[in-house]
Amino acid sequence: MDLKEKLVSSFLAFENGVDVDHPVHDIRSEAIKNFETKGFPTKKEEAWKYTSLNTLQKIDFSIFPKKESMLEYRDVKKYFLHEIDTFKIVFVDGVYSSFLSETTHDGVDVCLMSSALNKPMYKQIIDVYFNKIASKDDSLTSLNTAFSKEGAYIYIPKNKIPKKPIEIVHFSTGNEAALLLQPRNLIIAEENAEMQIIERHQSLTANEVFTNSVTEIFAAKNSNVDYYKVQNDLTTASLIDNTYIDQKDGSVVNVHTFSFGGKLTRNNLNFYQNGERIDSTMKGVTIIEEKQHVDHHTLVHHIQPNCESHQDYKGIYGENATGVFNGKIIVDKIAQKTNAFQQNNNILVSDKATINTKPQLEIFADDVKCSHGCTIGQLDEEALFYLQSRGIPKKEARALLMYAFANNVLESVRIPELKVRINKLIANKLGVRLGFDL
Amino acid sequence: MLKINNLHARVEDKEILKGINLTVNAGEVHAIMGPNGSGKSTLAAVIAGKEEFEVTEGEVFLEGENLEDTSPEDRAHKGIFLSFQYPVEIPGVSVTNFMKTAINESRKAKGLEDMPAKDMLKLIREKSEMLEIDRKFLSRSLNEGFSGGEKKRNEIFQMAMLEPKLAILDETDSGLDIDALRIVANGVNKLKSKDNAVIVITHYQRLLEYIVPDFVHVLHNGKIVKSGTKDLALELEEKGYDWLKQETVI
Repeated sequence: MDLKEKLVSSFLAFENGVDVDHPVHDIRSEAIKNFETKGFPTKKEEAWKYTSLNTLQKIDFSIFPKKESMLEYRDVKKYFLHEIDTFKIVFVDGVYSSFLSETTHDGVDVCLMSSALNKPMYKQIIDVYFNKIASKDDSLTSLNTAFSKEGAYIYIPKNKIPKKPIEIVHFSTGNEAALLLQPRNLIIAEENAEMQIIERHQSLTANEVFTNSVTEIFAAKNSNVDYYKVQNDLTTASLIDNTYIDQKDGSVVNVHTFSFGGKLTRNNLNFYQNGERIDSTMKGVTIIEEKQHVDHHTLVHHIQPNCESHQDYKGIYGENATGVFNGKIIVDKIAQKTNAFQQNNNILVSDKATINTKPQLEIFADDVKCSHGCTIGQLDEEALFYLQSRGIPKKEARALLMYAFANNVLESVRIPELKVRINKLIANKLGVRLGFDL
Repeated sequence: MLKINNLHARVEDKEILKGINLTVNAGEVHAIMGPNGSGKSTLAAVIAGKEEFEVTEGEVFLEGENLEDTSPEDRAHKGIFLSFQYPVEIPGVSVTNFMKTAINESRKAKGLEDMPAKDMLKLIREKSEMLEIDRKFLSRSLNEGFSGGEKKRNEIFQMAMLEPKLAILDETDSGLDIDALRIVANGVNKLKSKDNAVIVITHYQRLLEYIVPDFVHVLHNGKIVKSGTKDLALELEEKGYDWLKQETVI
């Protein structure tokens, strides 16, 4: 049985385990129908031309893990931003771990999707927000919606700011030979609310894991959401991250994506600017090697006038690694005075590494500033000579230049401890012998 | 210190240096002047070991050692320093961290341990004060957004930190106002000793009022066409380069 058939036939079993009378039932049923009709995307589709899911579909993934796993904090501490205090929403093989988590209901809700879906007190919010910005058309998003049950639920009321950053961490332990995970996150910032979120998916064994994640973010008027995705997983872990962001007047949303490892990583990052004076920022650093594959597909839909979007993605590809960047910007006819910037710079370290980069601009307004640029290059020889002439050996000089190239994106990281972490990760990945502390 | 014999070098198919002979002894300051495109910067880059240039004939010796097939970093470890005409911007790496890396790589090449942090800080403080460099400047990304003058001053700061045997200053005066020029020149003069040597490459005589050369050489069309004392620089300032070009034709 192929993966699609297995998923479709598992849906009934899944529904038996959740409340069939729940209002979300209809949403799930519609979603599985859409997935059944469309199936997994293939390379024939423009958006999936350079990313194939064929290999993944041949693996016999478990959809419902059979037994629960326990993890000791000391064994997984290094995957948390343990230098500072954070709220934590932690899942082990898709199951919430209260032991590793630190949630709150003190003025803000930092808790679980399962609670939000099942408790009457959240019904009103679920009715208003759940599956409202996520695509009903995209087959993988539909697949997630059909099986949506667990994930992070974060609700920050008007004028509130959580006391500390929030970490969402998914561990897989290898209890199953191959495990499919489908976390579903709902994140709401009401007017003037602010929050910082760090999301991480981490496999702890060499067993296959495939995560198809959907995150919906609603940023109300003048709210501020800072979202950091740390993708530094094992080469047996694949991730499809579907993130949908709805922004209202004056809101600021920044998403940083650090892709340093994984078998196959696909980021579908979608911004919808449903208001004026909105600022949307997407930044990414990708550093991969071996046969790893990272695909960034961004969409910014400028729906209203006087908004800005900034995209800056840097990639360094070594050995047989492959990368994709596709940045789509749509500016509607009424979205005058839009400023949309997009930049994608890549360095290919090996002859066998590949990057496919494509800006895709659809502009229907006439008074806008839109710019895009992509480069694929080797390191600057003059810069290399400069460093060498100061006594820095060629290998170290190359590493230092790549470090400088990637590091540039980190300026906008607003959690200092995270910035240091990412800095060190970049340095380690590039083999830079930093003769200094960061 | 430095001995160059019949040096020919080309980039791709274009021959730029066509037989340079030059001897620089310890304790000396040499100025190399010449019109644009005469090969001044190429000579500097070839001495520093830039791989883009192919040496087709002749040799460069540093303290009697032939530098053929010696990488730029090894030349740096042996004591050659090139102050760039256009220093490269390295975002994300501060001036201080860059210097720490450079110094410790040099030490590593000599089989020494990293310089203790305390000594490094002391050295940085001492040298930055000598060049009147603000503390804040040292934590900025290397050359990023620096003015022309700041870049050049930073080059001399690096020279002061690395204490080379042979320093080549490639158009260090370009882009400097008179105050910056004086600070840079004072720095160079303070670093000057009987054990090291300086080659000043410049288009104008102005810098040579501050860094007084023992010898002046005029480079034209890939060759040294005239050598003399500092008076030659004054003569060039007055007459320009054209009379020399004519002389070589004859």
